[in-house]
Amino acid sequence: MATLREIRRRIASVKNIEQVTDAMSVVAAARLRRAQENILATRPYADKLKTILGHLISQMDIEEEALTHPLLEEREVQHVCIISVSGDRGLCGSFNSNVIRTTTERIQHYEEDGADVTLICIGRRTQEHFERRGYDITDSYINIFRQLEFQIAVDVVHEFEHLYTDRMIDKVEVIYNNFKSAILQTVLVEQLLPLEPIEPEGDTLFLDYVYEPGQVELFEMLLHKDLNMQMWKVLLDSNAAEQAARRAAMQNATEKARELIDELILQRNRARQTQITTEISEIVSGAAALEG
Amino acid sequence: MLNRSFHLEIRTPEKMIFDGDVTSVTAPGVEGNFQILAGHIPFLTALDVGEIRVNESADTARHLATSGGVFEVLRTGVTVLVETAEWASDIDVSRAESALTRAQEQLTSDAPDLNRPQVEAAFARAQNRIKVAGNSAEISDVSTR
Repeated sequence: MATLREIRRRIASVKNIEQVTDAMSVVAAARLRRAQENILATRPYADKLKTILGHLISQMDIEEEALTHPLLEEREVQHVCIISVSGDRGLCGSFNSNVIRTTTERIQHYEEDGADVTLICIGRRTQEHFERRGYDITDSYINIFRQLEFQIAVDVVHEFEHLYTDRMIDKVEVIYNNFKSAILQTVLVEQLLPLEPIEPEGDTLFLDYVYEPGQVELFEMLLHKDLNMQMWKVLLDSNAAEQAARRAAMQNATEKARELIDELILQRNRARQTQITTEISEIVSGAAALEG
Repeated sequence: MLNRSFHLEIRTPEKMIFDGDVTSVTAPGVEGNFQILAGHIPFLTALDVGEIRVNESADTARHLATSGGVFEVLRTGVTVLVETAEWASDIDVSRAESALTRAQEQLTSDAPDLNRPQVEAAFARAQNRIKVAGNSAEISDVSTR
């Protein structure tokens, strides 16, 4: 049985932890709200881009034009680039470890098929994990989530698109935590390149535009913009998912700490009572000895 | 007919930059600058790095620095999708200037791992931002007369 002083010290330290985790969950909740707003703010742009792309494809002779575009071309997969998106910091439950585990599985999967894999790591957690284990890392982006800018997505896309058109890689995949809701995040594996063919939009009322430059040039440009947008969404989603995961983890920790405090207070009271009882019986027996 | 207005929206992935009625808009098309007035036929074009000028009425102009995007005209109005857009008054000129010198240094340094197209694009963007910020200063002088 712990002494009274030890129990008191433990209560103090658990209370400290409880305060820290509670503060962290409040901060994560505030960041989560901002991250969700950022996701919503992409809608007007993203939706319009999809509509224009859909219109354009519906007006184009797809057989001739689109399928010859290098970003749509399917090649035999020998070199794969995986973009693994984690956070920069821990204390967010299984957020980082899920991405790392899925990435490792994908790498094994491709290596069994005889393809080699290179990584682009986003976030310190994946970068440190894979670097320590000697994986092939093309590039990594660290500390980008504090101040997330669209330009970062553009830079990442530029990086792998360049490798793809130079035929250094034949396939690009991204692995990240998808923000389903504040309580549910799931790891997703999405193919970025070659692009999956986009369905034309069945808008028969749509009148064709006048194009400048030609349809094909515009189509290529829009594909590129769409790729930037996909990458941007991945970054925003992962950021929101990280904050959500951290808030949940810290809330859990706070609750556990409170339970522990309650339990320790009971123990402390019991110990104190025992001590008092011992003292009284000592005094009583002392007095009895004097009288006797 | 001169002051007929139409609806204009300028959107970026990060936010809605402009949403309102204008009398004309001038934009940097890849094949040269062009101006759109009310009643234009449906039109789709790519934008280059440059300046978008928004005229909310005949004698007020607002300037926007952009790094390129798509410009769509429909019967219902005009939508501009640009990846970056900054109002002239929001441009931090000293930051743009330092970006310009940085790009210039990189271009002249001849480093082996230099990503030339990317640095050149950064150079063009910085140059454009400085230019747009300068234009806006001139215009605001005119409008105060």
